[in-house]
Amino acid sequence: MTIQLTGYCTILSYAAVGERTLKLWNYFWKYLPTLFTAAIRYTIPLALLSFALGLLIGFIVALMRLSQIPILVKIAELYSWIIRGTPLIVQLFIIFYGLPSFGILLDGFTSGVIGLSIAQGAYNSETIRGAILSIPKGQWEAAKALGMSKMQMYLYIIIPQAATVAVPSLSNSFIGLTKDTSICGILTIKEIFHRGQQIVATIYEPMLIYLMCALVYLIINTFLTFLQKGIEKRFSKHIVVSNK
Amino acid sequence: MKMIEIRNLCKEYGKLQVLKGVNLSINKGEVVSIIGPSGSGKSTTLRCMNLIEEPTSGEIIFNGASITERGTNKEQVRQKMGMVFQQFNLFPHLSIIDNITLAQRIVKKVNKDQANEKAMFLLDRVHLVDKANVYPGNLSGGQQQRIAIARALAMDPDIMLFDEPTSALDPEMVGEVLEVIKDLAKEGMTIALVSHEMGFVREISDRVLFMDEGIIMEENTPKEIFNCPQNPRTKDFLSKVL
Ligand SMILES: Nc1ncnc2c1ncn2[C@@H]1O[C@H](COP(=O)(O)OP(=O)(O)OP(=O)(O)O)[C@@H](O)[C@H]1O
Ligand SMILES: [Mg+2]
Repeated sequence: MTIQLTGYCTILSYAAVGERTLKLWNYFWKYLPTLFTAAIRYTIPLALLSFALGLLIGFIVALMRLSQIPILVKIAELYSWIIRGTPLIVQLFIIFYGLPSFGILLDGFTSGVIGLSIAQGAYNSETIRGAILSIPKGQWEAAKALGMSKMQMYLYIIIPQAATVAVPSLSNSFIGLTKDTSICGILTIKEIFHRGQQIVATIYEPMLIYLMCALVYLIINTFLTFLQKGIEKRFSKHIVVSNK
Repeated sequence: MKMIEIRNLCKEYGKLQVLKGVNLSINKGEVVSIIGPSGSGKSTTLRCMNLIEEPTSGEIIFNGASITERGTNKEQVRQKMGMVFQQFNLFPHLSIIDNITLAQRIVKKVNKDQANEKAMFLLDRVHLVDKANVYPGNLSGGQQQRIAIARALAMDPDIMLFDEPTSALDPEMVGEVLEVIKDLAKEGMTIALVSHEMGFVREISDRVLFMDEGIIMEENTPKEIFNCPQNPRTKDFLSKVL
């Protein structure tokens, strides 16, 4: 009798487990497209836009620091100091919630792009400055001796070589940026993590949904890593591998 | 006819006086070498000639016009003076042919076909036609320096400035580079050469200048300067290097 009861319970609990697995499985397929949509509509555009702008800012700030014009150098250093010394989340709050008190109202996405680009710019400027400084003086001189203008030197001689140096570090910062977009949920942007939190609030399956969020980020960044390898290869095609 | 004339050229780095009134002139088609101890200002003199360094004071007249005057188009001046460096300084991210054609295309605005044609002609002159499509990193030092010479020649310079072109080379590669310079001299190229290869200086130069402590101490034909130097410093220097 007892044995019979135990056996019955076991069968019941197996059935329950099976039922739950099925339920989770259904949730998985139901919400995966939702998270991918969030990635395509918000996370990826946010990351790409911020990266492009962050690169531009980084380049300009690096040139300011290299300009040897005291006022420009000081401004660039001040910018770097403030941005690198304060948390990103605080910067985002200042832009999104703080600026309206000066009458500047920005939507969540715009605030996110601005905040992330400014932060990226500060870190990228260091990378880019270092990369430019790593190019030997002889390269500048040879270009100069051939009659190139400053602009031509940068465009044809320095930037292509500095890019080779900067690519690994810049792509790492791009991967970091992609992950940082997950903070932007607090700006009401419906990116991956924000959507995930909303789903959890309705179906109460935090483990499943947050694992799924992690999976989507992982897929994006794996793809980015492959891209990075490809770009690095392209940029270093002239580097001779010595077989000593 | 004077190709270049330098009058009372001074150059200071902060408090350090490197050139203290250099006077020299080079005629068209002449080969003039500058010799002298390390740190005497030989490189600085060459680098002031093509305005890679800004002279502190003094005047440089090139092809009859002052190039030290304010408002001089420095880029235009530099195009007309080819410079070859001790460390070659080829552009490592560009193939050999692109190293030679880049400045022609972007500075002189020569079209691609013409620039390539010229590059192949020059590669032939330095005996490296087969290297057109490799990158500098694949070449030996001697080959890189010959490419650097071709790169400078591609701009059709009026004068070539050589700053210790063989000092960074393994001994067995010195000859091939000197050979190219000698050919240039034979063809009538105007040359200013800084070198420690005394045998070569003696052989190739029309005139030799001995420089020390930022001024030209003595100037003469190679025969005179090597056989019977007048200035005691010249004597001293030559006794150490010969
Ligand atoms: N950019 C610079 N800043 C400060 N000092 C410099 C600079 N360039 C050269 N000098 C100094 O100027 C002096 C002359 O240098 P220069 O390179 O003209 O000598 P050189 O005769 O070519 O010597 P070497 O035979 O060693 O090449 C040296 O004392 C050097 O340290
Ligand atoms: Mg020197």
